[in-house]
Amino acid sequence: MTSLAEAPPAAIEALARRHRFRPSEALPWLVALLCFFAFPDYLALGTQVLISILFALSLDLILGYGGIVTLGQAAFFGVGAYTAGILAVHGWTEPLSGLVAAGAVAAVLGVVTGLILLRTEGLTLLMLTLVVAEMIREGANKASQWTGGADGLQGISISPIFGLFRFDLFRRTSYLYALAALFLAWLLVRAIVHSPFGRSLTGIRENVARMRAIGSPVLIRLVTAYGIAAALSGVAGALLTQTEQFVSLEVLSFARSGAVVIMLILGGAGRLYGAFVGVPLYMLAQDQLAEQFPIYWSTGIGLLLIAVSLGARGGVLDLWDAAARRWRRRA
Amino acid sequence: MNAALDSAVSIAFHGLAFAMVLYLVSVGLSITMGLMGFVNLAHGAFAALGGYVAITLMNEAQVPFPLALLVATLAGGALGVLLERTLYSRLYGSTELNQVLFTIGLIFVATAVARWLWGPLSQPLRPPSYLQGEFDLWFRSFPAYRSFLIVAGAVLVTLLWLGLERTRFGAQVRAAVDNRRMAQSVGINTSRLFTLTFALGSGLAALGGAVGADILALDPDYPLEHLVYFLIVVAVGGLGSIKGPFIAALALGTADIGFKYLLPQFGAFFIYAMTLAVLLWRPHGLFGRAR
Amino acid sequence: MTEPPSPGPGSARSTLSHSVGEGGVRPSPALAREREGPVAQQREGEGAAALETRGLCKSFGALAVASEIDFRLEPGARHALIGPNGAGKTTFVNLVTGALSPSRGRVLLAGEDVTGLPEARRVKRGLARTFQINTLFRGLSVLENVALAIGERRGVAGELFRPAGRRSGVVEEAYAALERLGIAEDAARMVRELPYGRQRLVEIAVALGLEPKVLLLDEPAAGVPSAESGIIVETIESLPREIAVLIIEHDMELVFRIARRITVLVQGSVLIEGTPEEIAADPRVREVYLGERETA
Repeated sequence: MTSLAEAPPAAIEALARRHRFRPSEALPWLVALLCFFAFPDYLALGTQVLISILFALSLDLILGYGGIVTLGQAAFFGVGAYTAGILAVHGWTEPLSGLVAAGAVAAVLGVVTGLILLRTEGLTLLMLTLVVAEMIREGANKASQWTGGADGLQGISISPIFGLFRFDLFRRTSYLYALAALFLAWLLVRAIVHSPFGRSLTGIRENVARMRAIGSPVLIRLVTAYGIAAALSGVAGALLTQTEQFVSLEVLSFARSGAVVIMLILGGAGRLYGAFVGVPLYMLAQDQLAEQFPIYWSTGIGLLLIAVSLGARGGVLDLWDAAARRWRRRA
Repeated sequence: MNAALDSAVSIAFHGLAFAMVLYLVSVGLSITMGLMGFVNLAHGAFAALGGYVAITLMNEAQVPFPLALLVATLAGGALGVLLERTLYSRLYGSTELNQVLFTIGLIFVATAVARWLWGPLSQPLRPPSYLQGEFDLWFRSFPAYRSFLIVAGAVLVTLLWLGLERTRFGAQVRAAVDNRRMAQSVGINTSRLFTLTFALGSGLAALGGAVGADILALDPDYPLEHLVYFLIVVAVGGLGSIKGPFIAALALGTADIGFKYLLPQFGAFFIYAMTLAVLLWRPHGLFGRAR
Repeated sequence: MTEPPSPGPGSARSTLSHSVGEGGVRPSPALAREREGPVAQQREGEGAAALETRGLCKSFGALAVASEIDFRLEPGARHALIGPNGAGKTTFVNLVTGALSPSRGRVLLAGEDVTGLPEARRVKRGLARTFQINTLFRGLSVLENVALAIGERRGVAGELFRPAGRRSGVVEEAYAALERLGIAEDAARMVRELPYGRQRLVEIAVALGLEPKVLLLDEPAAGVPSAESGIIVETIESLPREIAVLIIEHDMELVFRIARRITVLVQGSVLIEGTPEEIAADPRVREVYLGERETA
């Protein structure tokens, strides 16, 4: 026992140090800032990428770490988007509080649906996430006096941030606004993932029977994670509304739910950084290819997904790890 | 009163026809999901294939309707065998996420191919002349094609049920759905059984897609558009069950048509809400079983 | 001085017939000494049992897998549950832990009715189990597997923001637990990299990390090659005195070495319960295991 106090074994050290910041973690933020200065004409796309990274990051918490396969995450994204939009249309144009409100509404929805849905598993759960999202989309479609229905919600104007930073046409403010939000969200998710709660999520994903057998309140853990993920998805949606100053039913669509799952998996789920890799790759490729070659794009993505599911399960980050291991062995 | 009765009969009739189509397409999904535990979201692609093959044969090559249906069914089954042997079987033990990814990928490819071959517009089914028009029965007339759908559907369903109850193949399927490991240990070649069952399921789906093109329009987005309905039929009916999805299809078909008649603004919402309620009450479906 | 039947390389899983036919049970020396000690007095049912079931029944449709099981496990007990395959032993464990709900009957922990409590809550009341097939977090390290259990026990596992690092002492405690079981050198390795026997030990370590009052071991030596099973037996023998231990086993040598009481379960009902000598001598038990055949 005294050996522990003097020189803790390597195993304990490794576990204890896992949460510390490493220099390489500054990379995404440096790249993001670099893009801000290097590509001033592409900041609209850049903002969308940042927003989608936030969306995918929130999904990573429940899908990558918690193991919950959902095809309805757009429900929270869309609810957040419409909350921000409806608030703005009715005079509440302050952006930061709009974000918080959107996150809160989405969180409540997440907890309520989570309590109902997360008692189920497998296909039933998958189906119910789909069904709930579709219900919300239908609801938004019908409640057109609030949501603008199929035409979308227009007339959204957002006040400058802190009264100082106007949302300009070149999206400079939008980009940095989204980047700041993403940074804060990343700090939050990172802390959660390294916390005991985060480890228990991993346990639930790995072996839920074992988690119950060690006394873990599985449902509560999952619902908490689901609520937090919903809040962050809602913030991402609100960001989209505030930076685009428009919101349409597309934010609640199955296409959006599916796309975020694809982007996360392609990058690598359960690794915290999968979103940061998968989203830019997918969106940049889509931006370049999808409009010009729609059929090739669909086929390409389809084949890529098939290949990923059959081979490189962990996405790009997994391939990167494998390559790094091989390189280290040779060195 | 007469008008109400008339509406009720219309809803029942069209609902039944829709239910037949839904069931034909979805029963294969129920069996394969119950048998192989495989989340096959791409199942609708086989139905779409059947529809496109049948319509192309009839419109371009003037192939008679029954033959076109037969070829469509065989095409679905053949593609099913091919994909199962080469791709699906590699993912049998895999995680749910992987299976979801794989089948979404298939949907993308299928949609792209369909758009490339047939363009983005929906392909109409032109039934043969002897199935067009209406025919009179008692107090009102019924569209001939839909009547054919109901009758043909009933015949097919009966054949299917008999086949699964009375044949050795059917017994093997039911045993393996019930307890795969046990089935293997009594010598059932589960690998071949999976392939045959998958072929049966995709063939039926293709047939359903072909005859049902009147109700479920055939366009490149077919697999994704109608995915939710197929999943509802299977999940509510119960994975691996044959009869369960029939009840679910009846409920869904009549509810869908009924709402379109009576409350067109809220139809989808109520159907989803009912699905949610049923699945919360019975997470394994009405006739499913905990695995 | 009595000796246990000599374990040879191929006889780690000797059958009941072997013990029965060879002229009676020979308990280990430690066990024989213990029989006279204070723990033996506790056996007589004074005070609440650590674990008790009353009239426990479970049916799946027409199939009854558990019928009117009355069972008592005293504090500090060393109790074995044996029976032919399909007798319902694991089902019984599942009913006790709450993984399965009974059709009828009650489960009591330390005298309190826990029949309505879900599995996780029973664990909080001091019930722990191991699984017949290793049920571990295969993608996590051995240390983390145990740390998760200890974290849950300590109530810190739900903390959202503090890093699961060194500060709360959970990891230290997990390491110490591994040291006690002699597997500390594997602490950093992924569970799936370990040989099966070592994984079985991790399974026990995880259960012990919960500091249970009642420990249910479901075939702890199952699937373990005989070369590795010795350490599992030693581990079980050196379990803390206070823990009430119920072992399900087919390995009769292990059973007779460890158990002070044995319950025989056949087709979901208790056939007989008693000391190892009583069980070994009972002709009904012999019949259940051997049918009509005479032992060799």
